Amino acid sequence: MADAPLRSPLHDEHVALGATLVPFAGWEMPVRYTGDIAEHTAVRTAAGLFDLSHMGEIAVHGDGAEDFLDHALVGRMSAIALGGAKYTMLCTPDGGVIDDLIVYRRDWDHYVIVANAANKDVVVAELESRLDDYDARLEDISAEIALIAVQGPRAERIVAAMCARGDDDIVAMKYYSAANVLLRGDIHAFAARTGYTGEDGFELFVNAADAVAVWRLALETGASDGLIPCGLSARDTLRLEAGMPLYGQELTRDTTPFEAGLGRIVVFGSAARPRGPFVGHDALLRAKVEGTASTLVGLVGDGRRAARAGYPIVDESGDQVGVVTSGAPSPTLGRPIAMAYVPHAMAEPGTEVAVDVRGRREPMTVTSLPFYRRDS
Amino acid sequence: MTNVPDELAYSAEHEWVSGDPDAGAVVTVGITEHAAAALGDIVYVEAPRVGDAVVAGEVCGELESTKAVSELYSPVSGTVTQVNEALESSPETINSDAYGEGWIFKVELSESATDLLDAEAYAATIE
Repeated sequence: MADAPLRSPLHDEHVALGATLVPFAGWEMPVRYTGDIAEHTAVRTAAGLFDLSHMGEIAVHGDGAEDFLDHALVGRMSAIALGGAKYTMLCTPDGGVIDDLIVYRRDWDHYVIVANAANKDVVVAELESRLDDYDARLEDISAEIALIAVQGPRAERIVAAMCARGDDDIVAMKYYSAANVLLRGDIHAFAARTGYTGEDGFELFVNAADAVAVWRLALETGASDGLIPCGLSARDTLRLEAGMPLYGQELTRDTTPFEAGLGRIVVFGSAARPRGPFVGHDALLRAKVEGTASTLVGLVGDGRRAARAGYPIVDESGDQVGVVTSGAPSPTLGRPIAMAYVPHAMAEPGTEVAVDVRGRREPMTVTSLPFYRRDS
Repeated sequence: MTNVPDELAYSAEHEWVSGDPDAGAVVTVGITEHAAAALGDIVYVEAPRVGDAVVAGEVCGELESTKAVSELYSPVSGTVTQVNEALESSPETINSDAYGEGWIFKVELSESATDLLDAEAYAATIE
């Protein structure tokens, strides 16, 4: 990519905190501030602060917004309550995944879609092409919005304490819902109880101009609770332990939601609650009825060398039978973990497999996902 | 900017060498602060074993962090005489003290080390 990388409105804060910045999906973002394991552990035991301003935000307005999204996406977006959220996907007519998304309903005629940074432009173009005659309009608001996440068991009390008004809403807020709050400093935020870490936590959508004030407010408010800034490296090991897929690794245009074990997000409707046609319907129904050739599983390593994305899973004679999509030494488990696509015959938990780790076979055991589940 | 001590010699693959680099001498090898910082928290070190023959510029082990894995190159040629066994249980020592307690192995040189960089030349490669 020849273009200069995009910078978060928090770029100068990251530099001042001594972050290591790396190119990521066309952006220059912090990979770590202090250390990957300390940051990972802070989120598991206390709280972590993430700058997610690289994520794409797309607003959908109009009386036909819900019908449009029901047509364009694989889930039933019309069923989202006001202030609710849903994890869903944008698929091709062949059922391949273009991106995985979180859709928030801010008003009866107003949704906000959060897309992966690397896919945002493709998502906008694809949604535009599906607008047809629907009474809806799209607006790419990514540049105006900063997304700041507070994640971890102490996130609730930290975010509540950041509020000037709305702390009751924070405490009462259910997982996968959202509300408008007023943060200290007279800052309006759209706060959602969502995340990508396997912990409780909040994602705060604020105007880019308020990003620095919100970031500093979170650091000041959370310091006594052990909150520290966390980078992309910790985010990746946290989501991997939580068994959450990453676009480009577990999810691609060559996989349907069914291979990834996420068939439940595809809603075909029933006689009692019918659903109209949506893009990808026929191919996805085939995948559901006929099954898939491979399926996503978890692997836990018996040794210490970790399987990494792209490493082959091999049989006795060394022939490839599957592929690792993500892998790392798990900070929480203290053992290598991975997600991988394998044939159904190898997907039973307890099955022993071998991964070719740079020329040497490493034994790993199939396990059900996630690797880590928080106490609730 | 990370620390690049003047008294050490360096390889282009980010290893440091401490000691007299003449044939027959025993030198100590580790990775630089720059390399350790780029890897992130190191959780596993696969070092060569005592008695192994290592060759300058060739892979002799690997370093694994939560973020990535990197091959370990030997900056010198010779026979491994000692390995830092403390790294087995505390590999993070490489992150906290790359030039001291985080040393990785020692080599009795079979030939003089000729391709190493001085601190100034190495520092220029990582700017």
